Amino acid sequence: MSDSHSEITLSARGLYRRFGARLVVNDVSLDLHRGEVLGLLGHNGAGKSTTLQLLSGCLLPDSGEIDICGNDLLRQPQQAKRCLGYLPEIPPLYREMTVKSYLTFAARLHGLSTAHAASAIAETLHRCGLESARQQRIGALSKGYQQRVGIAQAIVHAPDVIILDEPTVGLDPAQIRDIRGLIRELGDRHSVLISTHLLAEVEAICDRVNILHEGRLVFDGTTAKLAALDGSASGLETNFLRITGVAA
Amino acid sequence: MIRLIAMRELRSLLSQPSTWFTLALLQFILAWFFLARLEAFLEIQPQLAEIANAPGVTAALAAPMFNLIALLLMMLVPMFTMRSLAEERRNQTLPLLLAAPVSAADIVLGKFVGLLCFLILLSGSVPLMFYSLSFGTALDHGLMLANLAGLLLLMASFVALGLYISALTSQPVVAAIGALAALLGLWLADIGATASDSPWRALSPLHHFEAFNTGLLDSGDVVFFVLFSGIFLLLAMRRLNNNRRYG
Repeated sequence: MSDSHSEITLSARGLYRRFGARLVVNDVSLDLHRGEVLGLLGHNGAGKSTTLQLLSGCLLPDSGEIDICGNDLLRQPQQAKRCLGYLPEIPPLYREMTVKSYLTFAARLHGLSTAHAASAIAETLHRCGLESARQQRIGALSKGYQQRVGIAQAIVHAPDVIILDEPTVGLDPAQIRDIRGLIRELGDRHSVLISTHLLAEVEAICDRVNILHEGRLVFDGTTAKLAALDGSASGLETNFLRITGVAA
Repeated sequence: MIRLIAMRELRSLLSQPSTWFTLALLQFILAWFFLARLEAFLEIQPQLAEIANAPGVTAALAAPMFNLIALLLMMLVPMFTMRSLAEERRNQTLPLLLAAPVSAADIVLGKFVGLLCFLILLSGSVPLMFYSLSFGTALDHGLMLANLAGLLLLMASFVALGLYISALTSQPVVAAIGALAALLGLWLADIGATASDSPWRALSPLHHFEAFNTGLLDSGDVVFFVLFSGIFLLLAMRRLNNNRRYG
């Protein structure tokens, strides 16, 4: 479990982002500590994916500051991104490549030397359960395996900060269990930020929850705190719906 | 980083069946053209032998051959550049590069170098065909080098333009048609201009290739190609950076 004294690996201050006239991310500030899994929870269209795109450097905020392991993402993007692994909503996979050559490319892209990359890939293939698929073309893999390759790509260079956008979407129950186990394991060594709209997922793997509603952060606390909000024992779901303004 | 991205681009091109199909067809056309030209040259050779300062085999063959490949490349390059950035965007693979510690310059230059290497591979058979003649005759190496240098610069300018147009859209087909239209437009500006010193001609890469084609190395033409390629590469980098700004 996280405590407030552990090292902060990612911190965002006052993020704003608009698309046209629509304010999608409205004054979001969050901290991620080493050794914790932080869940970003919200309805569809609450701004979760946009927030993660801002934090991964794929999108520039209109204003605000992002700091990853002591490096400013906007001023020193190269150094900051070295400490970052990111899985977007749709895994960025080159379908014509084999799993192994794709991971080699991803590892080298993040600055690993050829020699270092080989051992890192062997370990990542093992952790993601991809050993049997290493020589297969990514386009020929099932959705679940493609999702694993996407996660493997985000963790192969052992980054301090891992950002996963809805990592378990579209998977079968056994795969969801495996991936959640993997995320929990990653959270112990690194720090993980995942977005989801599934309460069960938050309950199963997250140490802390941030709830995003219409682009604003409306809750920050542990899962236990969310469950026992206002002293009532009404549970996660009721409190989540009440916070986000939907009648329970 | 540039080398890494270039290698991936090259591998991705070579993993497409359509690439190999184009490669095979192009080799066939070039070989057929080369042999037809060579036969025509051998037929008129007795008459040429009677003229003082008659054109040699290199001059008789190289100029039309390199002209042909320049025209063919104008139509083929958009087919190869269309995929580079437009397809990354369509398949949503761009975040892998954007979230990695590489700059927009690395990405664009990597793709540029990868595509250029592929085109060198594609047109590599032309000098090989010519140098096969050196078993039986003496070649004009200066003329060959001028043509090869011109072809390299011409390919660089085509790739840079194609890459920029590919960066503008998320539809590879739109990128291909856009690049083809731009290249054809530049070509028409050249052949359509009536006055020989019309400023429109100066815009066309193929016009600047003509001097190389006749064996003339003009520094003005070299500067044009460097500027042309540089400007479109910079525009592509700018477009990629704007991608982060506008989503």
